[in-house]
Amino acid sequence: MAKLPDRRPETLGGYIVHGVPFPVETDPDSLAFLKKMAPLQIEQDYKITYLHSYGQDSPWFAAASNKKLLASRDPESGYAYATPRGHDMYSGKETEWIDISETPAHIHAFTVCYFGSEEFLPETPFVLCLIKFEDINTLFLARLFGVDPDEPSLDWIGMEVKPRFLRNSKLKPTDVYFLPA
Amino acid sequence: MRPVYALSGGVSKFAKTRQDKNFQAVTKEAYDYAIQDLEIDFPTFTSIVDGSVASYFSDHFTRQLMAGIMAQDYLGLCPKPSHRVEGGGATGGLCFQEVWKSIASGHMDVCVAYGFETMSHVETWKGNEFIAQASDVSWDYPVGGFYSGYYAMMVTRHMKEFGTTVEQMAHVSVKNHINAFSNPYAQKRNRYSIEDVRNAVMIAWPLTRLDICVMSDGAAATILASEEGIKKLEDAGAKIPRPLVKVTGIGRGTDAMRMADRPHVDFDTFMRDYATEQEKADDGTRKYYKGLWEKGTRYPGVHSFRAGRTAGNMAYKHAGISDPLEELDFVELHDAYTSSEIQTYEDLGLCRYGEGGPFAESGKAHLSGIDYGVQLPEKPVCPVNPSGGLIACGHPVGATGLMQAVFALWQLQGTIKKHFDDDALQVKNAKRGAIHSHAGTGTYVTVSILEQEV
Repeated sequence: MAKLPDRRPETLGGYIVHGVPFPVETDPDSLAFLKKMAPLQIEQDYKITYLHSYGQDSPWFAAASNKKLLASRDPESGYAYATPRGHDMYSGKETEWIDISETPAHIHAFTVCYFGSEEFLPETPFVLCLIKFEDINTLFLARLFGVDPDEPSLDWIGMEVKPRFLRNSKLKPTDVYFLPA
Repeated sequence: MRPVYALSGGVSKFAKTRQDKNFQAVTKEAYDYAIQDLEIDFPTFTSIVDGSVASYFSDHFTRQLMAGIMAQDYLGLCPKPSHRVEGGGATGGLCFQEVWKSIASGHMDVCVAYGFETMSHVETWKGNEFIAQASDVSWDYPVGGFYSGYYAMMVTRHMKEFGTTVEQMAHVSVKNHINAFSNPYAQKRNRYSIEDVRNAVMIAWPLTRLDICVMSDGAAATILASEEGIKKLEDAGAKIPRPLVKVTGIGRGTDAMRMADRPHVDFDTFMRDYATEQEKADDGTRKYYKGLWEKGTRYPGVHSFRAGRTAGNMAYKHAGISDPLEELDFVELHDAYTSSEIQTYEDLGLCRYGEGGPFAESGKAHLSGIDYGVQLPEKPVCPVNPSGGLIACGHPVGATGLMQAVFALWQLQGTIKKHFDDDALQVKNAKRGAIHSHAGTGTYVTVSILEQEV
């Protein structure tokens, strides 16, 4: 059985304090005593809205919002990228778009995240997986649903999966997710 | 290129939080220690040192741009030349090699590498979010950016492909934590069993809390010099122990930011471009790899780090090493995860690809004379992370690669007892060691070889 937590999670936030203890006089003894003072800590908020461009990858997101899954391919060698790239890493040439919405796919690797970065903590546990598409040379990182996150198994690797799309697109790579086929 | 020597180093106490000092003052702890170990006074050293390179990973943690110049200023090094390097978890290793270049090229005679990170300014899960920004923010981060998740995916593939077990991973955790028990600089000095590791809180299956390094505040510094630099320092009164420790090999490699983009090359390409010289020369190994490929293995995929293999091969060629397991007396490698230590055994050619799991529990990577509480079928050959590694020492990112350099230097000087007040971790008769620094999901990797000058 897994160990139970032995401490309460720490959070920021607290009382606003006015008036910090400090010697009334700044005589040599009092100033020397400051070397024994505990450090002061303050909270600093930091919130920014970025305008992020998907650049040459934008058609992938437009396709996903229309329930199509695109990949990119070097037109000469046929080397194909499940996570699209504007240019092929071997020939250096511009890639072309291909539709892999119906391409057979399976799980190449996976994990279940029981914790995560702060932004994703509310979504835990969630399953991350790398998808391998038939005749596509590289992989695609996605969320997997339809499996029990409390019963992970290496047998999931190799499992046939199919894409499913959010009805209300968020224009994020998570607009597509996967389910057992 | 001129010969380059590592002369001294210092490491601050690594801790969950160092609120008692700001990052400049924590860096000064390590820097002052390195100077004092040369038995030279601060102003005299300052008058001789030619410049520095600063190592820190994230501007987010400090919420401070140009933190490097603030450390340079606090250390009293202005107006000497300096620059900052950044390459994720490999920042410290890159910094060490940039200092090596400054001296090897003849640009400087004495140069200091210093590195720091203060990760306690935010809570753990926000810190994980910052670190996950070191994955593609268009494609990887939004899916559930979490480095422990990325490494867990790699190891499920390693387990499926090669039969690696969670108990083999736990052996790494037990070894490194027990090593750190004798290292006063380490953040976590605990004895754990295999069961403790497996019963710890599951973070990202199959990695538990004790398979994963912690976030830390800390700093490290190391001083490198040319022969001319050594003469300048000794003429000024510095005491530099003999035999000298020379940096005899450096190597670097890279790979795609998105691990989904990593290639899956065929057998012939692997043998031509990635196999070690030893692997190429051995018919049995060639046959073994042929068998793996016939069963479907492709390289590097997500189970291996070709950046690590590339860096290792380059450093070994530079240092004239053909059989790393036999020719290295120890390795300090980047064990952010127990699984990545196993992957790195393979990348560095300490064992063949696919055999990292059995290697972890063999005893070959353990220290002699330490009771690990587990049955080890073989004797130590090349201790890995005798300091305790990242898992137990902590991982203040910009300091980590330099911490490895300092601990490796002390091993080769035979001064572990002097610095740790305990000689349990001293590798007996250590003549040559490797340090390995690793970023992202294997995006930048450095390997440097240090050895006693004959």
